Amino acid sequence: MEQFLQQIASGLANGAIYACVALALVMIYVSTDHINFAQGEMAMFSTYLSWQLMTWGLSFWGAFVIAVALSFVMGVAIERLILRPLHTAPILSIIVVFIGLLAIFNSMAGAIWSYLIKEYPSPFPKSSFGIAGVIGSHQLGVVIVTLIVLGLLFAFFRYTPLGLAMRAAAQNPQMARLVGVRVDWMLALGWGLAASVGAVAGIMVAHIVYLDPNMMAGILLYAFASALVGGISTPAGAVAGGFIVGVLENMVAYAGNQIEQATGIYIIGNGEKLTVALIIVIFVLTVKPAGLFGRVVVKRV
Amino acid sequence: MAALLEVKELKAFYGQTQSLYDVSFDIEAGGITTLLGANGAGKTTTLRAICNMVRTTGAVRFDGREIAGLATEEIVRLRIAHVPEGRGTFTSLTVDENLRIAAYTRRDKAGVQADLERVFGYFPRLRERIQQQAGTLSGGEQQMLAIARALMLKPRLMLLDEPSFGLAPLIVLEIFRILRRINDEENVSILLVEQNAALALDLADHAYVLETGKVVMSGPSSVVKDDENIRKSYLGY
Repeated sequence: MEQFLQQIASGLANGAIYACVALALVMIYVSTDHINFAQGEMAMFSTYLSWQLMTWGLSFWGAFVIAVALSFVMGVAIERLILRPLHTAPILSIIVVFIGLLAIFNSMAGAIWSYLIKEYPSPFPKSSFGIAGVIGSHQLGVVIVTLIVLGLLFAFFRYTPLGLAMRAAAQNPQMARLVGVRVDWMLALGWGLAASVGAVAGIMVAHIVYLDPNMMAGILLYAFASALVGGISTPAGAVAGGFIVGVLENMVAYAGNQIEQATGIYIIGNGEKLTVALIIVIFVLTVKPAGLFGRVVVKRV
Repeated sequence: MAALLEVKELKAFYGQTQSLYDVSFDIEAGGITTLLGANGAGKTTTLRAICNMVRTTGAVRFDGREIAGLATEEIVRLRIAHVPEGRGTFTSLTVDENLRIAAYTRRDKAGVQADLERVFGYFPRLRERIQQQAGTLSGGEQQMLAIARALMLKPRLMLLDEPSFGLAPLIVLEIFRILRRINDEENVSILLVEQNAALALDLADHAYVLETGKVVMSGPSSVVKDDENIRKSYLGY
């Protein structure tokens, strides 16, 4: 039982990370119909920035805030300088740009900070945080921080005029212009926010997966799966999808271990987590192509 | 009286295809002007060209200021409200959000609230639907929402693209009555594009007739309405 709870707890902690990256993907997807393949590498780069700031003597949270803010600027700059000139380009050109960005961030991080795996600290006190036997202090901290960030984002989009303008710009850019919304800037802001959310995910997960230029590769895959399971066009769905995939992959491994213990036959274990999770994703999409929480968009012709 | 909007030698292009050739007209401040013509004559394109939503050349002067070449959103911020073809409803937003989006840059909450009340005065039905998702409104209600949203911009000029499209005759009459009131009470000039020429000529005080991207004739509505040649040749009724 204790092991079961532990697996759920660690699934939720992983899921929180997937949820953040999935939300970052969805934020760009809903306004531009593009999947930013470089989202994970941007988050990795932000994590290195925070690490660098800490080695220069900043506290964890000081580095956290500055790295998230820098990521926002980086996201806005990428949209304005690289993607804006391509806004009428065919989809394949944009995909090539995303892959290019992925490679650039990856090798830039390698060149600046080397490919050696680094330890990354956890800001959460070990002794007084967490619930003994169920959830570790870092995992609990990750869940809390990401829930706060997701809550702030939700409040921003739901209750502020700027958030409303961003939603309107994503939904119907032409009409948004006709009520005076500066749509181009809304897209850039969306990129900035996505980069910031990604940075939070990177900084939170680095203690678990260690810091290296390839740390986000697997996580981006999970996040993509999460977004698809929840519904790529619904931000709340993508967040829910993140937690579902996180818990699911641990449950798969847990069930496999239980079966092995009971029967001595090895069917699935930790190594097959990703495979099984992706099979489930494919299954969900076969049955519900718009994702669990997505709506099928019907266009009147 | 000086013209509020002057359009001179306006040309518009979709890609390589030219769809407006030398369209010129004036709109008097405070008046209602209508653009008439058959399908494909360039009525919608003219409205889109004024707001720089298509590639254009030529001069567009609003209140003495050259606005051709400004970005669409900047033109709108000069208080030119465009109610587009198809109503442009933000379907996943609520009615309330659809209206407030037009005031999102404003910081005076009391002023925005007062404008909402003013707009609900014209369209009481929208108040009943305020928290409803806008995509679930009927066609007539969505048209009312589109006009109401335009009013939230406190426009000096409203461009209306076929407000009667796809609506039941009774609803159309109601909307046209409201447009008359808006013109009277808000001191808003209106440029109206309509397929329904009879209806448009009743509302407007001046009319321009377009054919294949050119202005072929113009005059006071009463004159255009009574000219049998024009009616038969261009308006088809």
